[in-house]
Amino acid sequence: MSRLPQHATVLRDPQHRPRRKQEAGCEVMVDNATSDDSAKARRFRDAALPHLDAVYTLARYLLRNPTDAEDAVQECYLRALRHFDTIRSPTIKPWLFAILRNVCRAEYSRRSVVELRDVNAEADKSDDPVPLWSQAQESPETMMIRKLDAETVRGLVASLPDSFREAIVLREINDLSYREIAEVVGAPIGTVMSRLARARSMLRAAWLAVEGQPT
Amino acid sequence: MTCEEAETLLHALLDDELDAGHARDVEAHVATCPRCSVQLRQFRALRTAMSAAELRFSAPASLRARVEAIVPAAPATVPAARYPVSSRRTLLKGFALGSVLSGALAASLMITVMRSDQDQRILGDVVSAHLRSLQVEHLTDVQTSDQHTVKPWFNGKLDVAPPVIDLTAQGFTLLGARLDYIEGRAVAAVVYRRRNHVINLFIAQGASSERSPKMETVQGFKIKFWSEQGLNFWAVSDVNSEELQEFIEKFQAAARAGA
Repeated sequence: MSRLPQHATVLRDPQHRPRRKQEAGCEVMVDNATSDDSAKARRFRDAALPHLDAVYTLARYLLRNPTDAEDAVQECYLRALRHFDTIRSPTIKPWLFAILRNVCRAEYSRRSVVELRDVNAEADKSDDPVPLWSQAQESPETMMIRKLDAETVRGLVASLPDSFREAIVLREINDLSYREIAEVVGAPIGTVMSRLARARSMLRAAWLAVEGQPT
Repeated sequence: MTCEEAETLLHALLDDELDAGHARDVEAHVATCPRCSVQLRQFRALRTAMSAAELRFSAPASLRARVEAIVPAAPATVPAARYPVSSRRTLLKGFALGSVLSGALAASLMITVMRSDQDQRILGDVVSAHLRSLQVEHLTDVQTSDQHTVKPWFNGKLDVAPPVIDLTAQGFTLLGARLDYIEGRAVAAVVYRRRNHVINLFIAQGASSERSPKMETVQGFKIKFWSEQGLNFWAVSDVNSEELQEFIEKFQAAARAGA
């Protein structure tokens, strides 16, 4: 993350960043007025339920297992409802994603399939001096990225290491801004940017390798 | 602008995250640098190909039902199509039944979650108490290896008479005892030593619980809970799980023999 400190200052002001998509129900009014539980439940329902597919999608990529993903999403919504009063984020989607991410990591540690670890620490550890763009030399300039079927692309994304998979899914599939990704994963924007660059380099290498295979 | 800078910033350019000035800089560099130009083209193609593939998942209907059960729908949002009967009364009955059912389901889900939260909090308290006890001069209030000194010491301090058993012969030296707090309630802490490891055995009054008797690991410490004769027990230590299990079995055997 220390490699790109200057980049944080070159980003556009998020206030002026045009939203590419109109996301219905995305904006949450954070008011301090206390209302009764049913009003809270209704506000939560209206704000959170439209994101169910997005939350489920993220869960599928983080856990790589449909059944676990369903359980994680349910747990995520339970926690989200409980903490709905404490939401500080101006938008609910990154907040839901952050909760889901915690649920998924707890699930990992409970299953002991993957040892409990901090993906931020993992990413920083792998922030080795070998520049990721060295991979560019492996991909010939003449090779073009062609379209692949969804199943193959899902497989390529699923094969990325945790922190890079997470970054690319939040950016390309869930359509979050850098600032929102930083909020979800709890890392500085410079780190998000370098993870994305690295994730795309890995993905490109894997993509070209698949294209090169005889079908 | 160097290639190294450009190769990271071109991602921000692709993602529409650069301010106008830097976007111009990156574009100017790419225009004069064949290598970065290839990078930009390939990564742009990658983005296009990714957005062309259908990578999103749709939540299955079963999951949607589970999540919707968490928040009972306001009557106005219940899809009326599910109740094609035109009778207004039938419709209302349908709403009522639906919200009762989902309310009950939501309640049971919340209880499950709350219970596991409570378990986690207790485990956290147990570890905290264990850690506190390891600080200098915090281990024992009454320091003796004589179980007949320790047991009466608890008189008047607790609403239970915790079993205090000397297991020195079995390899677990009784060091003493103290009062401690789990979930804000006073509990007995009986302290044993295994080689250089301290084992805290917390004992509190409590009904037999549905908590799982499996060995838990919190912050590297092994914790095992069990209930017996109206008492709740938590054994916590940094010994390995086999040794903690051995301790528990010997304790339980001795307690049953003494009872």
